[in-house]
Amino acid sequence: MLLPGGESSDLAIETHDLTKRFGRQTAVAGIDLAVPRGSVFGFLGPNGSGKTTSIRMMLGLVSPSSGSVRLLGEEMPRRLSEVLPRVGALVEGPAFSPFLSGAANLRRFDSADPLAPPRTRGARVEAALDRVGLGHAASKKVQAYSLGMKQRLGLANTLLMPRELLVLDEPTNGLDPQGTREVRALIRSLADSGTTVFVSSHLLAEIEQICTHVGVMSAGALVATGTLDELRQVGAARVILQTPDAAAARRVLVGLGLALLEATEPDHVVASVAEGVGGDGDGLRPEAIVAALVEAGVRVRGFSVEQPSLEDRFVALTGEGFDVVQ
Amino acid sequence: MFSSLLLSELRILFSRRRTVALLVALAAIPILIAVAIRLASSPGTGRGPAFLDQVTQNGLFVGVSALVVAIPLFLPLTVGVVAGDTIAGEASHGTLRYLLVAPAGRARLLVVKYLGAAAFCIAAALTVVIAGTLIGAALFPVGPVTVLSGTTIDVGEALLRFLAIAGYVAVSLLGLSAIGLFFSTLTNVPVGAMAATISFSVASQILDALPQTEWLHPWLFSHYWFSFADILRDPVSWASFGDNALLQAGYIAVFGALAFGRFLTKDILA
Ligand SMILES: Nc1ncnc2c1ncn2[C@@H]1O[C@H](COP(=O)(O)OP(=O)(O)OP(=O)(O)O)[C@@H](O)[C@H]1O
Ligand SMILES: [Mg+2]
Repeated sequence: MLLPGGESSDLAIETHDLTKRFGRQTAVAGIDLAVPRGSVFGFLGPNGSGKTTSIRMMLGLVSPSSGSVRLLGEEMPRRLSEVLPRVGALVEGPAFSPFLSGAANLRRFDSADPLAPPRTRGARVEAALDRVGLGHAASKKVQAYSLGMKQRLGLANTLLMPRELLVLDEPTNGLDPQGTREVRALIRSLADSGTTVFVSSHLLAEIEQICTHVGVMSAGALVATGTLDELRQVGAARVILQTPDAAAARRVLVGLGLALLEATEPDHVVASVAEGVGGDGDGLRPEAIVAALVEAGVRVRGFSVEQPSLEDRFVALTGEGFDVVQ
Repeated sequence: MFSSLLLSELRILFSRRRTVALLVALAAIPILIAVAIRLASSPGTGRGPAFLDQVTQNGLFVGVSALVVAIPLFLPLTVGVVAGDTIAGEASHGTLRYLLVAPAGRARLLVVKYLGAAAFCIAAALTVVIAGTLIGAALFPVGPVTVLSGTTIDVGEALLRFLAIAGYVAVSLLGLSAIGLFFSTLTNVPVGAMAATISFSVASQILDALPQTEWLHPWLFSHYWFSFADILRDPVSWASFGDNALLQAGYIAVFGALAFGRFLTKDILA
């Protein structure tokens, strides 16, 4: 099938009705992903929601039960050998031969890449190790690496060659706070240089800090996708009021059309506003709420408006329950 | 590049401590035999494996005697370990997925892995012969060898013949390596593939010894394992070498095709 050049080439990853069934269980249920080139795309979802399975299908490790994948405009897995040298990937955690040193492991993966020039191998391995802060542990056997060191080595593996696309499955798993910050900075700098980054995670704060786009998985389905701002705006803002006159305040807020929420402290009242609050839109203005409260004799000791966090949205989309859905 | 991946595979295989330990164990066989014979006061009386009774007269026979001892069990065991580990070992470490997204290419990786196992077969047979020749020369007199047809060949010629026998034994193990490679594509547990491969070699030898399955004998991959005596005739007869090579090629074709069929479409979930 021939697609008009412009349409597919501005997407780094494009899936159509991508489905994977394991026996009777559907791990990925017909997802349509569109990851724009140059974006940092956060792939969110609780445990077992099908993130890793989707990534395996994108990279040609697993064949889809149905549906199709295009990577960098090329059909997968038919064009795998042309596409994958341009893609760096971390799939379901790092994995190395424990009896080899970190550098030897990277040299080995590099020699498996048919387009990687052997002459520059040593220098590229060294540069990649330095970039993730493993320069000093290069000759140490991987079995003596800590979890975070392995994770860093896995990231170094994705940086051996200049890449157009990085697919990172939970890249900060096991990293210390400095490591997490460094990975975030690394992703930003890669994105600035034009690399598309597709990063899966369930650490929402992290996604919120680095991503331009988000897709949310739940039980194998893609339940929401769009830019970060689009996703955030769908949720309701919250009003948090601190007052000794809680009962009166509640009456006023309900009167204004706000929905009461459970407050964590006795002198607090929390309510949510369906319309955007705090912006310049035609919704309720914070000052109008405060004026109405004061007019009703409510002693306002504190008042704040919180925009919905991605976490609220995430929980709303994927459910509160702790149990793995499938 | 293919050569890049193959070189990397060979370097890793032969620098790995496990491979070195297997080769050391193989080298220990002729050493044990030579020392035992040396320490025994009376020379052998024709009992025991072929060639063994000639060792005291000519140390060059230690290598071949050790091969005869190693063929039924020790050699297939080491080959089973290496061939069974090829794909399953990578899967168990999780490195298989990273090799494939590098991308190594599934067909390319399978061929490289098989060539690695084949290289081990050569190294294993050579180790036994070379260690045997060295220890034999150290503990016993060395001289011209009387071959099976009754004529005598000089030491240099004899060493060449022993190298040819090592080559024969290495070729003998190629079919088993292909079987191991196939088993290795079936599982993510290397020990399982190793055990299955070794069991196969035992089963083949048992069937080859049963008169009831005589119709099957020429098709068993272990059928020609001991038929290298032709190389010790004057002039050399290569007939059994050819029969053996053809049989092994058949096994490589069949089990290679099965391995390809399995591995090229397999979901990599490890
Ligand atoms: N080999 C397999 N056989 C059967 N089911 C599988 C297999 N691999 C994954 N699954 C199922 O597919 C579903 C999705 O798994 P997947 O690993 O893609 O989840 P995930 O979103 O990556 O989870 P996590 O956040 O824990 O990494 C799960 O329900 C899992 O049980
Ligand atoms: Mg996962």
